[in-house]
Amino acid sequence: MTINEKLVEELAHLSRLSFENEAKTEMMNDMNRMLNFVEKLNELNTDNVEPLIYMNEEFNIIRVDEVISEITREEGLKNAPKRDSDYFRVPKVIG
Amino acid sequence: MYSSLAEVQADLTAGKTTIESVTQQYLARIEERKSLNAFLEVFSDDALDMAKKADENRKHGKAGKLSGMVIGIKDNLCFKGHKVSASSKILEGFESIYTATVVERLIAEDAVIIGRLNCDEFAMGSSNENSAYGSVKHHLNENLVPGGSSGGSAVAVAAGLCLATLGTDTGGSIRQPASFCGVVGLKPSYGRVSRWGCIAYASSFDQIGPLANNVQDCAAILEVIAGPDAYDATLSQREVPQYTKELETSGKKKIAYFKEYIENEGLDPEIRNRMKELIEELKSEGHELTELTFPYLDYVIPAYYILTTAEASSNLSRYDGIHFGYRSKQATDLESTYKLSRSEGFGKEVKRRIMLGTFVLSSGYYDAYYSKAQKVRRMLRDETAEIFKSHDFILLPGTPGTAFPIGEKSSDPIVMYLEDIYTVQANLCGIPAISLPLGKHSNGLPFGVQLMSKNFDEANLLAFSSQMMEKVIQE
Repeated sequence: MTINEKLVEELAHLSRLSFENEAKTEMMNDMNRMLNFVEKLNELNTDNVEPLIYMNEEFNIIRVDEVISEITREEGLKNAPKRDSDYFRVPKVIG
Repeated sequence: MYSSLAEVQADLTAGKTTIESVTQQYLARIEERKSLNAFLEVFSDDALDMAKKADENRKHGKAGKLSGMVIGIKDNLCFKGHKVSASSKILEGFESIYTATVVERLIAEDAVIIGRLNCDEFAMGSSNENSAYGSVKHHLNENLVPGGSSGGSAVAVAAGLCLATLGTDTGGSIRQPASFCGVVGLKPSYGRVSRWGCIAYASSFDQIGPLANNVQDCAAILEVIAGPDAYDATLSQREVPQYTKELETSGKKKIAYFKEYIENEGLDPEIRNRMKELIEELKSEGHELTELTFPYLDYVIPAYYILTTAEASSNLSRYDGIHFGYRSKQATDLESTYKLSRSEGFGKEVKRRIMLGTFVLSSGYYDAYYSKAQKVRRMLRDETAEIFKSHDFILLPGTPGTAFPIGEKSSDPIVMYLEDIYTVQANLCGIPAISLPLGKHSNGLPFGVQLMSKNFDEANLLAFSSQMMEKVIQE
């Protein structure tokens, strides 16, 4: 598998990142080296092996679903780069 | 400086010192060794307040288990009202609005939280060079790296800037720097310690654990931070043993080691020889050592990188430039808010991992990469578990070499990834592992040895580690 510039752009969009010029080429080269490295796994026969998804030994450890107010609105908004007293502020979305 | 909690507590009991005075000594020491860049922030006033309160509790006969312990926390653990950045520009200025369960539990037992420690950005790295706030320097030679990602946590203990620290370990981030800096570092079983309030990197791997001068102090910290927590549903409900009370247990153990790990050409010859000596020493103590073959060493890092980058790409999507953290001044619309804020806010290694993670999860590549790695993970976990059916521990090197010069490996991500070759197995399997200082290389630098045990067997792992340190390594 080889990653070309177009795929870097697609992945960058999915990741909500952007790479221009040399940064794009560098990312493409790094990713190709990393892929080449991880493709070593293809040497292992994994037929009849189920993917391991959860590491927990116990499942469905749930607590009582109670409504608890843990943070205030002020606290929730506190670290926003742009806000007013009630809302997060974002650039205009609808023209 | 004190080298164990027992020493501090003995002096406190004898009335020779106070926690406030111990804290002041550490604050002075941090100032003296400022060039190490270990702390991103020192909570001087708060630490002294906590110390005074802990002194008060002692006076009233209500001393907590960690009374007298001055502790630093890695900069990916939340502490309400204090900044936390994961050493990233994207979280510059962010202040926690709640406290991580581990930090809360430390404070409840009278530990003093002295500050937050530098690390690789989002815990991604093995040298601490990926911090947006500069590299951490090795305490014995400031031209060298301390290891990573919990480099600040390891150096702070080694340089006597505090008594113990918390780090996080996703692929070796506690044990690799512990090995480089000559301290003890423990990664607990997956599901032993609550991750609530820990900034996520790869959620099926991340575990919080202690770094300290000795096994006893690691046991004391684990005893306090481990156990069920309503805020982390991945936790085991198993009871937490009294680790500190079980350290004396002894007996002959069955220990496995892997031929391929010891003979691996990437392993420094002096470390190899010392490992072989250790094996002989353990045999002469009456333990049963068995050489096994484990032909998967070359596959652990590839499996680790596919799975952790996938999880990271998902975890790090929360940094959007809107709800918290950095927002680009150049952003004009919603999409450019996301893209520019993230591109300017994240460092290079973080972006590389997000991109690779997005690739392995994307439609058309998911089965060939992500699913494949999950299958390999099951194989590795099952093969490793099989060994523990007839052995108590697995003995393996901590790191392939000793601390290296700053800049030496930073240009090649894969060379850097191989730093974790001996540590990622424990994370892939979810089992506990400890790095113990094994000795000094002829270059003057420390290096560690690792022990892994079966899941949730920390009590035996700590007890045997403590015994091995006293009877074999330090003899």
